[in-house]
Amino acid sequence: MIQTLDFFTPVVDDPYLFGQIAAANALSDVYAMGGVPKLALNIVCFPNCLDVEILGEILRGGADKVKEAGAVLAGGHSVQDDEPKYGLSVTGLVHPDRVYKNSGCRPGDILILTKQIGSGVVNTAVKAQMASEEAALESARVMASLNRKAGEAAAAHTIHACTDVTGFGLLGHCAEMAKAGDVTLDISVRDIAYMKDAMDHARMGLVPAGAYRNREFVQPDLDDGNVEEVYLDLLCDPQTSGGLLFSVPESEAAELLDDLRAQKIETDVSVIGRVLEKQEKLIRLR
Amino acid sequence: MITVNAMGDVCPIPVIKTRKAIGELGGSGQIEVLVDNETAVRNVTKMAESSGAEVAAEKLGEGKYRVNITVGAGTEDGAGPEEGKGQITEDKGCECGADTTDHGHTVVVVPSDKMGDGDDELGRILMKSFLFAVTQLDELPEKMVFYNGGAKLTVEDSPALGDLKSLEEQGVEIMTCGTCLDFYGIKDKLAVGTVTNMYSIVETMQQAGRVIRP
Repeated sequence: MIQTLDFFTPVVDDPYLFGQIAAANALSDVYAMGGVPKLALNIVCFPNCLDVEILGEILRGGADKVKEAGAVLAGGHSVQDDEPKYGLSVTGLVHPDRVYKNSGCRPGDILILTKQIGSGVVNTAVKAQMASEEAALESARVMASLNRKAGEAAAAHTIHACTDVTGFGLLGHCAEMAKAGDVTLDISVRDIAYMKDAMDHARMGLVPAGAYRNREFVQPDLDDGNVEEVYLDLLCDPQTSGGLLFSVPESEAAELLDDLRAQKIETDVSVIGRVLEKQEKLIRLR
Repeated sequence: MITVNAMGDVCPIPVIKTRKAIGELGGSGQIEVLVDNETAVRNVTKMAESSGAEVAAEKLGEGKYRVNITVGAGTEDGAGPEEGKGQITEDKGCECGADTTDHGHTVVVVPSDKMGDGDDELGRILMKSFLFAVTQLDELPEKMVFYNGGAKLTVEDSPALGDLKSLEEQGVEIMTCGTCLDFYGIKDKLAVGTVTNMYSIVETMQQAGRVIRP
């Protein structure tokens, strides 16, 4: 049995969408461990000065995602608070032999990421009213997308290690994986799928503070290969409800990619690099 | 030289303010941006560099940084940076009196003669009280735009006429949508401010530092 809990403050204005994103994010923890969500409980903070219809919309978004995940929403708890917050506590099931850890990377593995990155930067651009409608919609769609299909596609394959990419940014989660597995991750920045306009917005300085904190955190473990600055910003960009990062044996990578396609996954899947024997730094970019 | 005070502002506000200042410069010149955190220093630097400007940042003290931006130095028009700088400094010297760069213009848009959805009578009372409250602000808005049902507030017999006239006397520009006055057949009754059109309304909103909508 897997038990997780996650909740946060609104990242978008639309309450229904926020509910979906927060729920997809909380459910993702179960998928990242190889599990299937079974039961969810709402966690709600809400100010009494706001229209209760807004709360209804948040809960409706969450309930729809729980339903999509095939789990049952069995109630929850709410408290009054100055700022709205929403999330879930999720119970999932996984076979003890199939629990994904972040420590199993082996040299020669291929790294596969199941969602495009850049939600922190695009959300900052939305706040600055500089994002195109298209970019804002893509970011919302990607954040609200469940990692269910990715999890189901992976179930038939050998997964050496897995994590979901969230607040520490892609590099933060890569560093944890590399450290736990005692290996070095070799990442090709141009092969990663990015959200529309994320690169332009990052160049314009619409980079959230969390990206700089993540950058400082990974800097000692990073051989940045002199890649352009904008890639470092995007690779450190904190993701909301990001994708799953799989470390899979090279022999099974092509099949897993086929299965991900067969699941008609709505996000952009990319092969971002490979696992090397441990070198001086935990991560090497090129 | 334009000074952008973004102390106390969190991302992405410093970037937005700086971008606006570069726009106001409308050519070459100097901008200094004051910020209180390193994220803002880096983001403002990125923003300015991406627009082709030269940037140098310095730490003035604990929680105080200055980013110096030179726009248009050595750019294609061939104008020497010295010359450009001199002109702009003088131009901006006049505008500083308006104290616009520090705060950004606040614009109040009034799309109805009622405030909020629900009971109409209550909505009218709330709107009158809102407009009175605007007169009591320490920092008055720069402009107020009235359109659709809002146009009924700037004409004779409007319950808010006194407050709006007092705002106009204190320098607030009051504009009412001409199409709307025509539609309601009250153009000849306009009692405060001027008539405007959709282009000016859009431009006013776009250039606003902040738009307030009751």
